[in-house]
Amino acid sequence: MELPTSDRYQAMSVDSFDTTKLLTNAARQRDARKLNEFPIFDADAHHYESESISEIIKYIDDDVLNHLARANPGILSAGRGGYQPVGGRITRYPLRKIEETPSDGTHRDVHLSRRWMDAMGIDYISLFPTGMLGIGLIPQVEVEVQYARAYMRWLTEEILPCDPRVKGYVFLPFNSPEAAYEIATEFGDKEGIIGFLVTSPRYKPVHDNAYMKTYSYIEETGKPLVFHSGLNWNDPLMSVTNRFIAAHALGFTLYNVIHMCNWICNALNERFPKIPVVWTESGLAWVPWLAQRLDNDYKMRSSEIPGLKKLPSEYMGDMFYTSQPMEMPNDLSFLESTFKMINAETQLLYASDYPHWDADMPSTIYDLPFLDEKAKRNILGGNAIKIFDLDVSDRYPNYKAA
Amino acid sequence: MAKEILVGKASDFKEGGKKIVPNGKTSEIGVYLVHGNWYAYANLCPHQGGPACEGLLMAKVEEVIAEDKTYQGMRFNHDEMHIVCPWHGWEFDIADGQAVADRKWSLRKFEVEVRGEDVYVLA
Repeated sequence: MELPTSDRYQAMSVDSFDTTKLLTNAARQRDARKLNEFPIFDADAHHYESESISEIIKYIDDDVLNHLARANPGILSAGRGGYQPVGGRITRYPLRKIEETPSDGTHRDVHLSRRWMDAMGIDYISLFPTGMLGIGLIPQVEVEVQYARAYMRWLTEEILPCDPRVKGYVFLPFNSPEAAYEIATEFGDKEGIIGFLVTSPRYKPVHDNAYMKTYSYIEETGKPLVFHSGLNWNDPLMSVTNRFIAAHALGFTLYNVIHMCNWICNALNERFPKIPVVWTESGLAWVPWLAQRLDNDYKMRSSEIPGLKKLPSEYMGDMFYTSQPMEMPNDLSFLESTFKMINAETQLLYASDYPHWDADMPSTIYDLPFLDEKAKRNILGGNAIKIFDLDVSDRYPNYKAA
Repeated sequence: MAKEILVGKASDFKEGGKKIVPNGKTSEIGVYLVHGNWYAYANLCPHQGGPACEGLLMAKVEEVIAEDKTYQGMRFNHDEMHIVCPWHGWEFDIADGQAVADRKWSLRKFEVEVRGEDVYVLA
């Protein structure tokens, strides 16, 4: 196919596309670093569920919404704005549609996932949706609820059973606390489900009493609660920016900053001390900023948040973070300082975000000069194996936690 | 002494064209003909190791600022062509292989020799 960026100056035509071929250099990194000798868990990988929208719509029980969605699948997405592939420079975006996968009963999303997992040396992934990251912005709450339930039925019936290496989360339709509870309890113990997901771009306070029932249930399961961030260029504040880089850098950070602030300032760590809370796809550099900011204010205004028994930064050090998109400064001492503040050796979970444009290879962690081998292996897999209670005996029969 | 790798015939290249050739068993070199000049770079991005030469060759994007400092839009500058890594979009100046966003980083550069019709890379 001719790439959409081809013009009278520069043309590029590609006959076929293969993720394995694109990631040849990743496979070389895997072999050079012997990444296949220990378990690697990718705590934030994606599929493009919108490419299977007709399959998902089949699971929408509401006849009227089912009809509407078939007639116009666009009602299941919220416009968040932006252009992730950098004007076509990230070629896997346009080319993925010509990548062929076998028709052998295993879903295409799983085939594609296995290709990049194997190339990078990743053993297991937790799969997040893509377009649905913005579903919390849809003004029709009932659409979020119906779509979330349909997606969960499709995920647990057609995707996760294909391969135990692929794990998933319960997608909570958070704009409806009642429905969030119902879906959490309906799908929380399904095969392959390892946690509960709140997509962060939304305007609901996480400390609303209406959510306590759901958090109590999540705590009972022992599974993590994951806040996956995103952007919304249409947010009144973000709409002041005129470059996608700004909307992306700020948005993916800010939504998790707000939810984190509310989580801490309402002492939810104290109310639900056994929930492992995971902050996903916000990078890491924001954590030292927020920790220092909250600590400084807390020492002056502790009466406002009397539920805390220690400094906000100490609660932040108890929570978990996925690594991608990991800010890689030229002066690595900045990153080393961040790792220290978040207790990275026990609290950081490697994430690729593949196939999205700002994906991180496992080498981003493995090559850090200030980590020893034990810390690298914990971050790349060991920490996730603990908090998600993963059984890795199928690939590492003799695995023992470090 | 540098190893010579036969790339192919010069006439096989058109302006803006490239060819990626093996350099041993585990690496490649991308050879380009741009604005009548030959360039060769390792197919290995210094960012995360992506196959930089397998991506697009794109013109530099410039801002258009008027004399009164007002913004007037953007334009392509085809005098400066960039190698774009397909993994993450890092861009490298074809002239010297330096990353245009941070010139402390660069692609490994190789010499190209054209002898008669044959194009060689010195690796």
